[in-house]
Amino acid sequence: MNKELPILIIVVPLLAAVLTPLLGKLRRELSWWAALLTTSACFVFSVLILQDVLREGKITYWLGGWRPPLGIEYVIDYLNAFVLVIVAFMAFIGAVYARSSVEQEIDGHRTPFFYAVYLLFITGLMGIVVTGDIFNIYVFLEITSIAGYALIAMGRRREALVASFNYLIVGTIGATLFLLGIGYLYLVTGTLNIADLALRLEGIYHTRAVATAFVLITVGLGIKIALFPMHAWLPNSYAFAPSVISAVMAATATKVGAYALIRIMFSVYNPEFLTAGAYNINYILLAFSGVAILAGSILAIAQKDIKKMLAYSSVGQVGYIVLGVSLMSLTGIVGSLMHILNHALMKGSLFLVVGAVVYRTGITSIEGFKGMGKKMPVSMAAFTIGALSMIGVPLTVGFVSKWYLAVASIETGMWFFVPVILVSSLLTAVYFWRVIDNIYFKPAEGDEAGRGRGHGVYGDAPGAPGVKAADAPPWMLAPTVAVALLCLVFGVYASFPVDVAEKAAGILLGEWGGLHVNN
Amino acid sequence: MSIIESAVPLYAVLVSLLATVLIGLSGRYPNVRETWTISAALVKFGLVVSMLPAVMKGGVIQYNAVSVLPGLNIAFRVDSLGIILALTASFLWIITSLYAIGYMRSLEEHAQTRFYMCFAVALSATMGAAFSANVFTLFIFYEIITVSTYALVAHDETPEAVSGARRYLTYLLGTSIIFFLPAMVLTYIYAGTLDFHSQGILAGKAPAVMVAIILLLYIVGIAKAGMMPFHLWLPSAMVAPTPVSALLHAVAVVKVGVFSVVRIVLYVFGVDLLAGVGLGVYLAYFACLTIIVASIMALRQDNLKLRLAYSTVSQLSYVVLAVALLTPSGITSSIMHITIHAFGKITLFFVAGAIYVATHKKYISQLNGIGRQMPFTMSGFTVGALSMIAVPPVGGFVSKWYLAMGAVEAHMLPVLIVIAASTLLNAAYFLPIVYAAFFKEPLPGESPGFQEAPALVVAPLMLTAAGALALFFWPALLLDLTRTVVSLVT
Repeated sequence: MNKELPILIIVVPLLAAVLTPLLGKLRRELSWWAALLTTSACFVFSVLILQDVLREGKITYWLGGWRPPLGIEYVIDYLNAFVLVIVAFMAFIGAVYARSSVEQEIDGHRTPFFYAVYLLFITGLMGIVVTGDIFNIYVFLEITSIAGYALIAMGRRREALVASFNYLIVGTIGATLFLLGIGYLYLVTGTLNIADLALRLEGIYHTRAVATAFVLITVGLGIKIALFPMHAWLPNSYAFAPSVISAVMAATATKVGAYALIRIMFSVYNPEFLTAGAYNINYILLAFSGVAILAGSILAIAQKDIKKMLAYSSVGQVGYIVLGVSLMSLTGIVGSLMHILNHALMKGSLFLVVGAVVYRTGITSIEGFKGMGKKMPVSMAAFTIGALSMIGVPLTVGFVSKWYLAVASIETGMWFFVPVILVSSLLTAVYFWRVIDNIYFKPAEGDEAGRGRGHGVYGDAPGAPGVKAADAPPWMLAPTVAVALLCLVFGVYASFPVDVAEKAAGILLGEWGGLHVNN
Repeated sequence: MSIIESAVPLYAVLVSLLATVLIGLSGRYPNVRETWTISAALVKFGLVVSMLPAVMKGGVIQYNAVSVLPGLNIAFRVDSLGIILALTASFLWIITSLYAIGYMRSLEEHAQTRFYMCFAVALSATMGAAFSANVFTLFIFYEIITVSTYALVAHDETPEAVSGARRYLTYLLGTSIIFFLPAMVLTYIYAGTLDFHSQGILAGKAPAVMVAIILLLYIVGIAKAGMMPFHLWLPSAMVAPTPVSALLHAVAVVKVGVFSVVRIVLYVFGVDLLAGVGLGVYLAYFACLTIIVASIMALRQDNLKLRLAYSTVSQLSYVVLAVALLTPSGITSSIMHITIHAFGKITLFFVAGAIYVATHKKYISQLNGIGRQMPFTMSGFTVGALSMIAVPPVGGFVSKWYLAMGAVEAHMLPVLIVIAASTLLNAAYFLPIVYAAFFKEPLPGESPGFQEAPALVVAPLMLTAAGALALFFWPALLLDLTRTVVSLVT
């Protein structure tokens, strides 16, 4: 049983994606159950896989029993398992949440298709993570992207169609560049298996074709992960997608893209290639990441719509992930991986809360959050935790990754990234504090009577005027709260994910001794 | 030195967090709600006192709560220095709670449940900061204080309160993230640990230039200590209800600030290291600048609370100046001033609140003859003012005496001149108020009759004023605790 897990985690959701619309024909309700069961099964599989990896170190699966490099091989080590659990968990959370949210936002007759595409989307993401074959990564990337275009297009407003179309154009360009890069590699080596590629590329990394392939692949993935300035598709897509899709996409899609980038950087190519030679590729990536971190935060401040604000903030967060891996040190990669976990949890919880507000009020403007602290107290508490984690306050998971990134910057002599991280944390505080202020310290429209003096001797006690609380329905509230609480849990008990991340980083860096530290 | 493993410090932190939940749940029953606050304050003080005997014998109580990452622990360590702050804050919380009930109910304030909840969180974090065993734990509780008091500063929810609260948050959170946090990262990288040690942890680990940079980052990053140029958050915080200004912005928040400076100067850098590289002198003169400039600013304020706020800015720098002298008397003065200033200044703020409750007056120019209306309140004010000026027989004299001795020990005569000048300035901005209150005729059209604030407002301020006097006559406990610290760090 255990040996089949890597394929089960792909085949089960893929088959379920086909069955879901059929079940939906019988009864619409059933399609949600199908999605829920499938994603929960995937989550269980991913946890079992993580256990196997923790025990054995690395597990492989040969598709159809064909021996690599001819056959397709699935390879899972600490890095894949780490990302896989995050993706499967957020997919499960999304499925739970979808029940109420999708019921309201998507026409009844389309919900079975929604769940089918949702499962395809998840299949693609998990496929990218488990496979050890670079062409397979491309195939799953396309599955996930095409499913993504469809999901975004199901948004409530007409703008969703334009956003989806934009994403389709840009995303296709990215995928094409990625494919071209793979083509170059195949021409040079005649193999597509990642481990095999690494062997055959030994010694010819600095030939023009191989270097060009790296540039094509990186730019292609750069578009997929929305690395500034290739981020233009992202804000509108997140803003107009259905609430649950905004949350799941923000939490998983760019993270899986980042995973693919890390794989390419360290498993196909290697640290010597990235740091030595005429190109100094890691400096270029560092420059991009620094700009992304600051630009994302500044653009987020300028937004009036909360979903767009969160989307631009994601652009900044992608910068953090790229920063950590480009520092080329163990601590830096741990910082990146922790930030992948961390951003999935915090951005996930924030988008889930926004979805709940949309469900109750239909509002997505930051102004509309006035007085929400009284209307939706539990959701807003979850939002606050997510926001604190985004800022990087200690005891939230956001602090852990920023700590590692800051330490890594100093260790590698790149101390000027410390102010970048700090300034961006401050900017993050600025744009989240506007929302927090509205939530807790500004009265809702038409509730001006609720403040000031003259409330009787006992303040806001009996008879005080106020708004009746009407929080999100339980199917939405429970997953939101769970994710928000995890931000705190991993902020306090960070050792477990850090352990896994350290092992993953150790494998990625391999024998490589590190940059010469010049302090 | 005996080390005792015990979870009591954790309980002392958690008791008011538990109270926060209970307060939130009993918002509909105000008397029950206030009972939780008072009981939490009593239990907290009891827990702190229960640790006193062991600490008096030179023991240290330790408790490791959570290891977040290797080298980053949330751990508690109760020593003489920490327990001084904890005793002061938890004792004054009891009195302030009574005062707050009187004040908030008299003014019929809104959102009282939120007020008491945030107050309890702030006190939890103050205990946490006092008992921190390492820089990381200190940093966490430092930030919790900032966030929990934000709601208290913004309490009125008027545009003025919200903008004041924003400035408050910007200054405190901003400086701590931009300066305090990197200082901590650098400390960790050079020293390999963040645990406090009585001889410092950076000695011999970092080059002199780096020590200077880290010290500068800490001093600028701990804006709660009110050092210029990052002192403006304190006047902004005065839009808060007076109980907040009294306990938090004269005691808990600002004292955690100077406490952190003292803790870091003595337990991260160490006396020998700072004296060796000659950094104490610069820190001392930097503090002198704040002392004088803030006193001059205080002179110009007509709003009573603002004058008190600038006086606090000036007095906080006494603590920093005294520790920067790096001599036994200097350190003694520094630690004692944390408690002594607390009793004096909280009295003065209680008075400002009492005047507001009774007469709705905020400005010093309105206070002519008020001593006849509010004799108890204004005699409390006189005691507090004398403590600030450092006139015997009030506590303020004791710490200033040691400060002067410390300056002589350190052979820094200019500091003596600064102390003299600032004493004169203190007298110049406090004595006219006392004079106006008791000896000037009331403004025309005002009744000179007896018009005291409610008993729940006046009694607490009489108690704290008595405390300020007691610190002069019976400083033994405070002095003993201080001597334990001094003997360890020098």
